[in-house]
Amino acid sequence: MTDLNFVPGQAVDVNLAVRNGAWRVAEYRLRQVTKWWGSIVAFGLGNPILFLLSVGLGVGSLVDANNGAEALGGVGYLQFVAPALLAAAAIQGVMDEVTFPTMDGFVWDKAFFAIGATSVSPKQIANGVMIVALLRGLFTTVLYLGILLAFGAIPVASVLPLLLTSMFAGWGWASLMLAFTARLESDDGYFAIISRFVVTPLFLFSGTFYPLEQMPIYLQPIGWVSPIWHSTELGRFLSYGAEIEPIMFFVHFGYLALMGVVGMSLAYPKFHQRLLK
Amino acid sequence: MITQLVVAQAVAIQERRAKKLGSSIYSGRSHTLMERGFKAFKGSNWFIVLSGFVEPVFYLLAFGFGIGQLIGNLEDGSGNQVSYAAFIAPALLATSAMNGAVYDSTWNVFFKMHFGKIYQVMLSSSMGPLDVALGEISWALLRGVAYSVGFMVIVTPIGLVTNAWGLLAIPAATLIAFGFASVGMAITSYLKSFQQMNWVTFFLLPMFLFSGTFFPVSVYPGWIQTIVQALPLWQGVELVRSLMLGNISMGLWSHVLYFVVMIALGLWFTTVRLKALFMR
Amino acid sequence: MSTNAAREIVIRAKNLTKRYKDFVAVDGINFEVYRGESFGLLGPNGAGKSTTMKMISSVSQRTDGELTILGKEPNQKGPEIRAHLGIVAQKDLLDRELKVWENLYVYGRYFGLSRKFLKPKIEELLDFAQLQEKRNSKADELSGGMQRRLAIARGLVNEPEILMLDEPTTGLDPQARHILWDRLFRLKEQGVTLVITTHYMDEAEQLCDRLVVMDKGQIMAEGSPQELIKKYSSKEVVEVRFGTDKNEAAAKKLESMGDRIEVLPDRILIYTKHGEQLLSEIVEAGMNPITSLVRRSSLEDVFLRLTGRTLID
Repeated sequence: MTDLNFVPGQAVDVNLAVRNGAWRVAEYRLRQVTKWWGSIVAFGLGNPILFLLSVGLGVGSLVDANNGAEALGGVGYLQFVAPALLAAAAIQGVMDEVTFPTMDGFVWDKAFFAIGATSVSPKQIANGVMIVALLRGLFTTVLYLGILLAFGAIPVASVLPLLLTSMFAGWGWASLMLAFTARLESDDGYFAIISRFVVTPLFLFSGTFYPLEQMPIYLQPIGWVSPIWHSTELGRFLSYGAEIEPIMFFVHFGYLALMGVVGMSLAYPKFHQRLLK
Repeated sequence: MITQLVVAQAVAIQERRAKKLGSSIYSGRSHTLMERGFKAFKGSNWFIVLSGFVEPVFYLLAFGFGIGQLIGNLEDGSGNQVSYAAFIAPALLATSAMNGAVYDSTWNVFFKMHFGKIYQVMLSSSMGPLDVALGEISWALLRGVAYSVGFMVIVTPIGLVTNAWGLLAIPAATLIAFGFASVGMAITSYLKSFQQMNWVTFFLLPMFLFSGTFFPVSVYPGWIQTIVQALPLWQGVELVRSLMLGNISMGLWSHVLYFVVMIALGLWFTTVRLKALFMR
Repeated sequence: MSTNAAREIVIRAKNLTKRYKDFVAVDGINFEVYRGESFGLLGPNGAGKSTTMKMISSVSQRTDGELTILGKEPNQKGPEIRAHLGIVAQKDLLDRELKVWENLYVYGRYFGLSRKFLKPKIEELLDFAQLQEKRNSKADELSGGMQRRLAIARGLVNEPEILMLDEPTTGLDPQARHILWDRLFRLKEQGVTLVITTHYMDEAEQLCDRLVVMDKGQIMAEGSPQELIKKYSSKEVVEVRFGTDKNEAAAKKLESMGDRIEVLPDRILIYTKHGEQLLSEIVEAGMNPITSLVRRSSLEDVFLRLTGRTLID
């Protein structure tokens, strides 16, 4: 039983304490995330690799045998789906790392309320969560790019541009999901609904596995709103030079940026309100 | 008075059963678990439970009609040309049955075992482990059947069921659901952590993607084909596909046998494990 | 405390109000807390103690009135204020996935404390909270008392000027409570200002230099435990029982005897300066209580007098 000897209020440098809070939250999140990095690698890479093998190669062999290349703008099916699978993997990776921790922080373990009692501000907490999510997305995307290279699905020169577009889409979508998750008071089936009615349709109807124009016109809007489609369109242009109107280049980027900005500007006030209720 | 009568009867039944073989594990009350299942279901978010069948429907739309245009027609294994949608629809039906059965028999059972402690309470009543196993599995199986019926209701009007044999797809889906539910629960009863449970989910995706669902297994080298053919989903896909496309042969019984064995093994392991866990 | 005027005020609340939609949780309260003292908020459940604590902790924004903590205004300067607060909430909010020492480390990092500073600090805190042996256990694996000690150690990692404790000993066994009181007393000696909510009267009497009794969002009384007892109760209390059906009749005879009398369903309380003397008077008057007890008047008597005996959930 020892005594604690200190002069109250001497240890903390206030100016330092209120700065860089986001990075300290990120440091904490990383400490947690690294505890299950095995699963993150397995799920983050496993799923897209499985789709690459089954759809890219398996279904691809049927498409290529049917001379589908004409419909795909002259490339093999594998080359066609690679940018889409990459975008989907990045988006999924970033999104998982904002939704679960936010639910955990506000509803399950309520860790955000503990952090909120320190010199870290609500906005910094939101940013910290996003930083780690982007790091995880980056990690998955880089590994996946390596695999796509190994399969010859993308040219070497397109690696950096593809990384950028995928991560950008990941950020845009994850910002919206951050804002949305921050509004939930309970997890009553939320993750089931999101995965069933949002993530899966976005994945399947965003021109991921076939040109979006082949869908009936009433299903095409799913693609138009989907970050996967915008990122994939950019990716196909950057990867194998798929034709794209110059104006659309800016539309795609603009849309993803808009998602990100709207998402974050909706997330900050909600974090603020919930933590300083 | 009535209650006394009922109690007396129950005791009589109990005594009679006690003399029968297997009375320590089975009391014939598994239906009370189903009843409990319905009560819990009514109180839960039923929309989430019921909407589980939409996922395969989405896959049918995206793959059948989206990719289908890139692929054209396929040879169905017995020389007939079929559309790509007709080729994958039976596979997705089998997947529906599997998904429904697996959701309830894995995650829900896991939560009940480790957090709700519901089985502990049940087994301290007159119910035996086989009652619990059968009850839970029947409940899970019901969900699998519901999913596959939902799927059939959607695909039949769009002309993907071409002949009367196709109706047998529903009992086939029931069999598949039963198989997955009993093995699912058996495996779950041995698992201890969330991480381990994640691996169950992790195993389901490749099985879904590689069991001849979206392309014939003939694209694989021989040894991979053998592995795939040993997987339960491939067995289910083959069975439902043959029925829906009208390729009937005696060989289909081998798939049925596969599931019967699966059900028996699943039940046996679940019962043994529940007994070991809760009746020490 | 006549020296109050000369001492530095660290918390000042004027007409402090918190409303949630239609519900008024805190209804225009005024109080001041001085540096180095131990200040208590007492009251039944729902009195507004926790809401007041949250506003002082700068994790809840007031609806109306003024609030200054360490000379700063919390709505604008929340993070700066919190940099010098140690907050131990009612729910511990520990990170159950992290080890004991990691909980302390991570929390310290939030305040921008360096690894070099934290390394010895964590050792001190583990000693202080008697958690050295559990340093590598996950917070989840600790007993309730250990979790509470860890939460308090965590609240001290930034060497706070004010330590906020919301019902610190609720749910602890008697040994753990006494250890905790001892620790808190030592902290006060070091100059840490303590703000404590509790509904244990013995705790308030042990720990608090000064306290306010709250009920329905308002302050009912303020002062040191002794002052409050003096003002709202008498020195001693005589408790007598005559049997449930005879209490009413006996109460009529007793009314003139003490300073104040309270008739409860099972017993009668008579407040007086001289308990023993009054009890012998009762016996001399020919009334023979089944049981009788003379005790010191406590904060509990004050509390119950001010907030009533009705059960509040």
